[in-house]
Amino acid sequence: MATLTLNNVKKSFGKTDVIHGVSIDVEDGEFIVIVGPSGCGKSTLLRMVAGLETITDGEVQIGGRRVNEEEPMARDIAMVFQNYALYPHMSVFDNMAYGLKIAKVPRSEIEQRVAQAAKLLQLEPYLQRKPRELSGGQRQRVAMGRAIVRKPAVFLFDEPLSNLDAKLRVQMRLEIRALQRELGVTSLYVTHDQVEAMTMADRMIVMNGGVADQIGKPLEVYANPATEFVAGFIGSPPTNFITGDLLGRSSEIKLGVRPEHMRLAETGAMQARATYCEALGAETLVHLICEDGTQVTVRQDAAASFPEEGSLVGLEWDARHEMRFDASGRRC
Amino acid sequence: MAEQTGMVEKRGAGLWLTHLGLIIGVAFIFFPIWLAFVASTVSQPEIVRPPMPLLPGDQFFENYSKALTAGINAPVALMLGNSLFMALGIAIGKIAISLLSAFAIVYFKFPGKKLFFWLIFLTLMLPVEVRIVPTYEVIANFGMLNSYQGLILPLIASATATFLFRQFFMTVPDELAEAARVDGAGPMRFFFDILLPMSRTNIAALFVILFIYGWNQYLWPLLITTDPSMNTIVMGIKQMFPSGDDIADWPVIMATSILAMVPPVLVVVGMQKLFIRGLVESEK
Repeated sequence: MATLTLNNVKKSFGKTDVIHGVSIDVEDGEFIVIVGPSGCGKSTLLRMVAGLETITDGEVQIGGRRVNEEEPMARDIAMVFQNYALYPHMSVFDNMAYGLKIAKVPRSEIEQRVAQAAKLLQLEPYLQRKPRELSGGQRQRVAMGRAIVRKPAVFLFDEPLSNLDAKLRVQMRLEIRALQRELGVTSLYVTHDQVEAMTMADRMIVMNGGVADQIGKPLEVYANPATEFVAGFIGSPPTNFITGDLLGRSSEIKLGVRPEHMRLAETGAMQARATYCEALGAETLVHLICEDGTQVTVRQDAAASFPEEGSLVGLEWDARHEMRFDASGRRC
Repeated sequence: MAEQTGMVEKRGAGLWLTHLGLIIGVAFIFFPIWLAFVASTVSQPEIVRPPMPLLPGDQFFENYSKALTAGINAPVALMLGNSLFMALGIAIGKIAISLLSAFAIVYFKFPGKKLFFWLIFLTLMLPVEVRIVPTYEVIANFGMLNSYQGLILPLIASATATFLFRQFFMTVPDELAEAARVDGAGPMRFFFDILLPMSRTNIAALFVILFIYGWNQYLWPLLITTDPSMNTIVMGIKQMFPSGDDIADWPVIMATSILAMVPPVLVVVGMQKLFIRGLVESEK
């Protein structure tokens, strides 16, 4: 258990800058999700904290101690990999015990710690099996178990759920979060899935092209995105963006309105043509196309009537829901 | 072509014909071995008098014990021992060296890494026979003629095996090495605890191939062993042939041939189970 501090951490591969300086203070026991599209540098950032990539510039501190030059083992971290990285020839027990064996923990304590973790993760019946004899969800649990038995200061998760099917992903999401709360270990979790980020994070870092666009609590980020990218990336369906000149305002400005804040109306601020309606049961998504070709989506209650495809409808929203972005994508 | 596609399911004349073909093929290959075996169980006069016998005689124990204990130049038991030592040395040495060099090439960054890989790869083009004269010179200057080191060392490095292990190591996910690093395993620990057990299937397969390669070495032992007590069995058979007017002791020579065949067969049969099991169990 420890705090984790990133202080203007940068990474370059040769002359290519991959991460342009990320800073964050993570409190003890906090669950931080790093989210962003592929290639934004989120995994690289995590691997720098793990010690698997060198840090070009800046400083990483775990528990107030600079760890830039430390080996992964000495950093007191544990990592869960995307493909689990279980040792195929070792039993579940040996997989979980390997790190402890190397650390020369006494046999009796290894057994006790593994048993404890196995109980926590409901892996007790499988301890003698090999990884290939387990299902995806169970392998995932073993990878978690391997991290838990080390009793690290920081957990690092590198897209741990992306190899699971959709249903299992939702279930494991809850389990990981519950487990982390129970153990109270500071965690850094990388994902490209904004739903995971929204549901799991205490705070999240939204990365875009090697820059942390926004750091904040999920609902704050959702309600008040700092940049156009964040507004478009967080939330599904994504925020509708409308250029100012469509509304008779400055063309420098772009407006962002979330689908649930947009309403269909007789007249309204602008007109658009309905192209397709997706009835999802609880809600209906109405897709429309504006006169300049911009696509917008309106999310409305399933009970509300929806327009016929091809018909021209008006769109309106409350001014307080309007997010204005300048030409560089920043809020203004 | 239509007939060929149906061949697997079709039972009847086709099936019998294929079996007949296979049986003829096997008999064709096996016949000389059978003749050698028959020749090793009869007495000298019976061999030289035509027609050659086709059924085993009653001299089995006499011929084999004579071959094993006395031989012609050296007892066959001694030559078998030499061959075994040489084949094992070559197989084990080659596997150890190849594993380590492949490990270095795949997992470490060092200057000239690519160059070294290609240098190793280039030696594939230089079989023993090509470099045999300079190699002889080197071994002779080291005073290794008529010694086990001389038999083993020049053949102990293998580009093929290095290449094979390199290919295998490259299929091992990087995350596994990283996980081991996070677990605190140093490079050699990772090698012994994780990479080595994962390569056991490849090691078994290579051992079979390399053991037979070592066992069947002919030219090199012929060149550097002049002392009959250092003869290996494959070249030893040749040494048993008479020169000039001597009379060949064919039953003993044939018994030696059969004995020379036994260890490779045992290795193939014995290891086959192991590496089929390894193949079935293997997973990366």
